[in-house]
Amino acid sequence: MSEGTAKKFMFVNRTAPYGTVYALESLEVVLISAAFDQDVSLVFLDDGVWQLKKGQQTKGIETKNFSPTYRALEGYDVEKLYVEQESLAARGLAEEDLIVDVTVLTSAELGKLMEEQDVVLSF
Amino acid sequence: MLHIVNKSPLERPSLDACLRVAEPGTILLIEDAVYAAARGTAGAARLAAAKDRFKVCVLLPDAEARAIADRLIDGVTTVGYDGFVDLVANHRNCQSWL
Repeated sequence: MSEGTAKKFMFVNRTAPYGTVYALESLEVVLISAAFDQDVSLVFLDDGVWQLKKGQQTKGIETKNFSPTYRALEGYDVEKLYVEQESLAARGLAEEDLIVDVTVLTSAELGKLMEEQDVVLSF
Repeated sequence: MLHIVNKSPLERPSLDACLRVAEPGTILLIEDAVYAAARGTAGAARLAAAKDRFKVCVLLPDAEARAIADRLIDGVTTVGYDGFVDLVANHRNCQSWL
């Protein structure tokens, strides 16, 4: 696909990682869309910020720990990761608690970024 | 009575409903409800305010999976699956706040 036809895709992640399947499903669609050379952004807000929390140990719940996959996204040219500042603060989290480098945005900045997208997918 | 909560306090009002309605007893936080016991969250403040009325237990495997086992608030008790079974067996009845 030529560069001129790439669309801006935003994946909006608002759910915690293991209580529902949304987080894992989002990650799978992100990887698929990256394979089609689209301009992909991931945003994490509300309980979605927990997806990026460092130190997840899922042996006890016999579930795959998919958090290392966020670190592999760079290899798929998915490098635009955004986290809402307000969501981090409400959960006692700081940027250092996250497994990947992200850009922290205010709600207003996030809203503006969302407005610029061609396609927004919500999980 | 044993009250079991499994939803994140910032996504659903399950914990709030439990704290509002329940008579003093035991609350067991499982699945996404374990976030309620993470320091610095709104859920933690609500639990701390209710600590005289409830013994609060947290299912440790769920806290470990979510990387918050090392940041639980003081005064909560962690239990494993065996402890979960004991809690159910040792209470006359239980309510799941789905």
